[in-house]
Amino acid sequence: MALDENTVLEIGRHYRFQWEPAQQAHVLLYPEGMVKLPGSAGEIMKRVNGAATVADIVADLEHAFPGADLKGDVIEFLEHAHGKGWIRAKQG
Amino acid sequence: MEKAGFVQNRANPPLWLLAELTYKCPLHCVFCYNPVDYATYGAELSTGDWLRVLRQGRELGATQLGFSGGEPLMRDDLETLVCEARRLGYYSNLITSGVGLNEQRIAAFKEGGLDHIQVSFQDSTREMNDFLSSTRTFELKRKVAKLVKKYDYPMVLNVVLHRLNIDHVQQILEMAEQLEAEYVELANTQYYGWAYVNRDQLLPSREQLQRAEEITNRFRERVGNRMKIYFVVPDYYENRPKACMNGWGAVFLTVTADGLALPCHEARMLPGLTFPNVREHELGWIWNDSPGFNAYRGDAWMKEPCRSCPEKEKDYGGCRCQAYMLTGEAANADPVCDKSPYHKLVTDAVERAQSPRPHAEAKPVILFRDDKNSRSLAGREKTPVA
Repeated sequence: MALDENTVLEIGRHYRFQWEPAQQAHVLLYPEGMVKLPGSAGEIMKRVNGAATVADIVADLEHAFPGADLKGDVIEFLEHAHGKGWIRAKQG
Repeated sequence: MEKAGFVQNRANPPLWLLAELTYKCPLHCVFCYNPVDYATYGAELSTGDWLRVLRQGRELGATQLGFSGGEPLMRDDLETLVCEARRLGYYSNLITSGVGLNEQRIAAFKEGGLDHIQVSFQDSTREMNDFLSSTRTFELKRKVAKLVKKYDYPMVLNVVLHRLNIDHVQQILEMAEQLEAEYVELANTQYYGWAYVNRDQLLPSREQLQRAEEITNRFRERVGNRMKIYFVVPDYYENRPKACMNGWGAVFLTVTADGLALPCHEARMLPGLTFPNVREHELGWIWNDSPGFNAYRGDAWMKEPCRSCPEKEKDYGGCRCQAYMLTGEAANADPVCDKSPYHKLVTDAVERAQSPRPHAEAKPVILFRDDKNSRSLAGREKTPVA
């Protein structure tokens, strides 16, 4: 599903996103399971905070990693994450 | 910590810490996987012991924490442990029958940061009858289901299937639907602990299994995405073994009520291995260095047919405890595998299950999991019975 640029995103219900020192990576935890989100996936997910819109996340990443054209990849990942239920449009 | 340029030859960190907080349980399920001699074990760990275990497990890298038992609600310090689990960054799962869950407790769990609750439908025949006549058990489950939903947990219902209840799978699924379960696990009994003692009474026939699967599939089509249903067949009906625990000492660490650290719930039955107690050792040493946790890591311990088997990295030779229970030797291939020279032990049990009643030689009395039976089974000589 295509995500509107003005949609505010938050982490999905029953998921928890955190940094794991033992894995040296960000992970997403859910009932009886874990997804490892190394590198750019973690960088994108850590900006999903219930306040930033899709456009904010892209802008912040482009600021943090200047010179790269990230927009297409970021939106593709966010749509993938949204499809999986890892993130959702902020509720109420 | 690892230093740059120095590769430590160590196991991967455990991902799962299962805290079997107590063997106390208000129920007496005939399929319980708990050790049959639990009533003879020593004192339960204290709150302080558990807090230390949680901290050490987290330092090792465990992310998933299961509170189990017995019935974990029998521990009145569960609220304390839940809070500490959240503070440490675990994703915590409560595995419960729901007996003993009330609003005050679930509110404290939510507040403390418990992430997930799995409610089992603990059918013993008496409770099944209870349910079929819509009496007490169902009322209890309805109360628990309401609380679970009210506190915004997903409603996950686990039902253990066996010969005596599998023909009721339609009613069980309808019950799950009435409880508005979002996930239903129809898990056939695995034959360990009490279930192994009662195996001939519990193993369903092939026909029963097929019928139950058909009913489940039809139900799935009707409810669609509203309810996700998993159906797990008993491994006795497979011809390749399960990848037990994803490999010995690979991801899973159990700590028992009396403090023993084990690579799986059943491992304390294995002869010749001593498992460390968390009262005496740090989890780091236990996981990385203790002989018990290294006994069946990797594949150096394997014998034929596993050693040269192309599938050994897929199933790790199956379950060491099942190999021991059935063949008397834990390093043998799990006899569920049709490459095992002992596979006939499994097919014989399956064959016996095809007769309309439990086999004539089967023990006529089913053993309920209670303290009295546990003490009497503990006195029995510990030889494997095939």
